[in-house]
Amino acid sequence: MYAIKTENLTKKYGDLVAVDSLNISVATGELLSLLGVNGAGKTTSIKMLSCLTAPTSGDAFLNGKSILKDTDEVKSIIGVSPQETAVASGLTVRENLELICGIHAFNKEKRNAKIAELTNLLGLGDVLTKRAGKLSGGFQRRLSIAMALISEPKILFLDEPTLGLDVLARSDLWDVIRALKGKVTIILTTHYMEEAEALSDRVAIMKDGKLLVCDSADAIKKAAGTDNFEEAFIRTVKGVTAK
Amino acid sequence: MRMLTFAKRNVKEILRDPLSIAFGLGFPIVLILLLSAIQANVPVPLFEIAHLTPGVTVFGLSFITLFSATLISKDRSSSLLRRLYTTPMKPSDFIIGYTLPIVPMAIMQCVICYVVAIILGLDLTVNVLFAVLFIIPVALLYIALGLLCGSVLTDKQVGGICGAILTNGSAWLSGIWFDLDLVGGAFKSVSYLLPFVHAVDMERAVLAGNFADIFPHLWWVLGYAITFFVLAVFCFLRQMKK
Repeated sequence: MYAIKTENLTKKYGDLVAVDSLNISVATGELLSLLGVNGAGKTTSIKMLSCLTAPTSGDAFLNGKSILKDTDEVKSIIGVSPQETAVASGLTVRENLELICGIHAFNKEKRNAKIAELTNLLGLGDVLTKRAGKLSGGFQRRLSIAMALISEPKILFLDEPTLGLDVLARSDLWDVIRALKGKVTIILTTHYMEEAEALSDRVAIMKDGKLLVCDSADAIKKAAGTDNFEEAFIRTVKGVTAK
Repeated sequence: MRMLTFAKRNVKEILRDPLSIAFGLGFPIVLILLLSAIQANVPVPLFEIAHLTPGVTVFGLSFITLFSATLISKDRSSSLLRRLYTTPMKPSDFIIGYTLPIVPMAIMQCVICYVVAIILGLDLTVNVLFAVLFIIPVALLYIALGLLCGSVLTDKQVGGICGAILTNGSAWLSGIWFDLDLVGGAFKSVSYLLPFVHAVDMERAVLAGNFADIFPHLWWVLGYAITFFVLAVFCFLRQMKK
């Protein structure tokens, strides 16, 4: 069974087709990157898959559950780290994690165990008692991912997780994402080509709401006739074929 | 459980903002002290402690609107709400979770105002207790306004609309700081079409023990509170689906 399977998933806003008949399958434990220029339909696709917005037509199945008919079941198996850090700025790091544990109705033992586990995984130990609003961008991103992971999701959506981070913070987050690979199915959107190439099992490139290609980074480079992934992305989006 | 967890978080966010404490508690107390001092030097019936305090307790609630609207609009702009919409939380968890924790804060604000008033000479009677009880529908009115503003405005707009227009409207159109009969005409008529002066008149009647006089003001307050709540829930659910 696929972790994610979309069937002609479409979203229209008036005359604008934000996502046009998206058909894509993601295997369990796979990390798929969604790439595209602004307005390609990446974030809209994630919003539909995470039940934030209903598709105009089509459907998607997450672990076999429909985003249209089984919304509660889908919500119980996903974790989302939005483009903005989406943390409660007046709460401490620990309180933010406790908030999500409470929403998922964890008992005290499970709550403490999950907080300890994610504090260790994401290196949040030194800032556990600091207010989230006072943290650096890198630590806010870590906290955001920890909040998405604490419910033990089967599928994790990371919407531009390294946006605005410096090189070191980005490298640290890459290590975190690599540590999750294989354990959780991950859908990652990014504008950084090197990030998609370094982390992904497969890369899906979208343009104007349509899926242009979904393959490994090497296969996309080969099809585009270049060794440079950024160049391959540009050629794919511009529709330039390999000579 | 989910709703209580969320409500607890909202309490912490509001109480940890020093401006909430300064404006929510400090400002009404300063108003009572200042106007009582003026009253001591230049006696004005409007500022007699039994007449002034009910008005200040109502006016203080306009800051409650500001807190609740700011919290919601910030949660929207920071995408925290977007994150929480992907969890199993229900719309009712959000709406009750934003409303419930603010009710005791509003009651506490009212109690503190009356404690200060009693220190300044207000008679301690059972009517003070009733005045605190009758502040609940007024608080619900202001909380509903906060929920409504927070659902449709950005955090910057909330500062302007709730912080300036609502607090001023609540002050000018409520008969707290001057008798509306002094202006009369259309100003008075418009004021009595809005809920603020009705809330003040009701509280003054309760504190004076004139319970027959709480009507029709109570109906105006409840009518506006229900209308604003229905509108707020509609707008909140609409922005949830955006």
